[in-house]
Amino acid sequence: MEPISQRNYAHPEALVSTEWVSEHHNDPSVRLVESNEDILLYSTGHIPGAVQVDWTADLNDQIRRDYITRSGFESLMSRIGVSKDTTVVFYGDKSNWWACYAFWVFQLFSHTKAKVMDGGRLKWEKEGREMTKYVPSYPPTPYKAPERDDSRVRAFREDVLKHLARKNPLVDVRSPEEYTGARLHMPNYPNEGALRGGHIPGAKSVPWSLCVRPDSGEFKTAAELEEIFKKGAALSAEQEIIAYCRIGERSSLTWFALTYLLGFPKVRNYDGSWTEWGNLVNVPIEK
Amino acid sequence: MSAEPHIPDKLRELLESFDGVTGREDRMALLASYADRFTPVPPAVAVRPYPEANRIAFCESEAYVWGVPRQDGTMKFYFAVENPSGVSAKALGAILDRTLSGAPLEEVAEVTPEIVTRLFRQNISMGKGMGLSSLVERVRVLAEKATHSKQSTP
Repeated sequence: MEPISQRNYAHPEALVSTEWVSEHHNDPSVRLVESNEDILLYSTGHIPGAVQVDWTADLNDQIRRDYITRSGFESLMSRIGVSKDTTVVFYGDKSNWWACYAFWVFQLFSHTKAKVMDGGRLKWEKEGREMTKYVPSYPPTPYKAPERDDSRVRAFREDVLKHLARKNPLVDVRSPEEYTGARLHMPNYPNEGALRGGHIPGAKSVPWSLCVRPDSGEFKTAAELEEIFKKGAALSAEQEIIAYCRIGERSSLTWFALTYLLGFPKVRNYDGSWTEWGNLVNVPIEK
Repeated sequence: MSAEPHIPDKLRELLESFDGVTGREDRMALLASYADRFTPVPPAVAVRPYPEANRIAFCESEAYVWGVPRQDGTMKFYFAVENPSGVSAKALGAILDRTLSGAPLEEVAEVTPEIVTRLFRQNISMGKGMGLSSLVERVRVLAEKATHSKQSTP
């Protein structure tokens, strides 16, 4: 596939190649962060120098269904040795679902020095690049974070209801079977408790997988993404858009593609997603 | 009040050793060491494509379980995990094989999915936890069915 610089992305600086990571994994101003669906995957081998940030244990509050608070984020950044000046590069399995999810959570705390490694673990492994089981440790940093700001890139159910009333577009990035309501969960995944199937009325079905190449996990070019989102789903940069999936991980990837690769400035991720909407009383559902 | 379930000694001892591991990194490293020792089902027992009947429903790691009766009246449990990223399922499969294969079936039938939480603590998502719990439950049911068939044999 063509280099990132030739794919005409709106913000190519948000994406780095495996070659770039290979050249920077010892760079003290860069911290590699691996985020996977399975917490044990990191222990089996990771890019030298990379630390693990787990979406369940590190990014989510352990009591409420919510993300960590400012102090929790500060503790996390201190533990992984990240300062305000550190460029954090995320990568992981599942075509970078959880890497994009972690990237998105970091934006709630305005850590904008953040990038995603194109292709994630899959591409790194396919290229036969170095992996290690050695878990690095870094000197703790005195990181001072702002209060978490959920207003810019995160949508709550009330926001979705207002969004619907204004007839603004929604993007459902789940599988077509989940969108139609034939399934309450991804194929072969457990049902995490949704009582109703279907989609939010008016939502356009654009499965997340359309954003990446299945063989390498790399993001498609801007032209290909425009074909999918602008032509196919009739979305434009001027619109306010909300993306959702099951718990917000797949929609983080689509949020990343729309925001950084296509340059749509007003995209939010509804992390409550179908596990919330499919259980809410008296909200509209379309099948 | 119901009596404490009598689970196989090897599993009880392993769970007690996990109880002593307080750090997350140490716990994950210990679990990963079991995943490293995971041995998939041998061709003598099953070959791909594995039967759907042995597949664990809703397990994102595409796990399969077999229980093969032994002459001593116990069972040998075999596992396959087809998703290469399914490291947690491999770890759990290795643990269940080491601690439940050869154990009295009445005791294996007392093992509950709660052991998943005891092994992984809070470091596991709801979806992943449900898949792993289904794996434990399938082993328990295999043992329970075998126990019943033994009891009904004249």
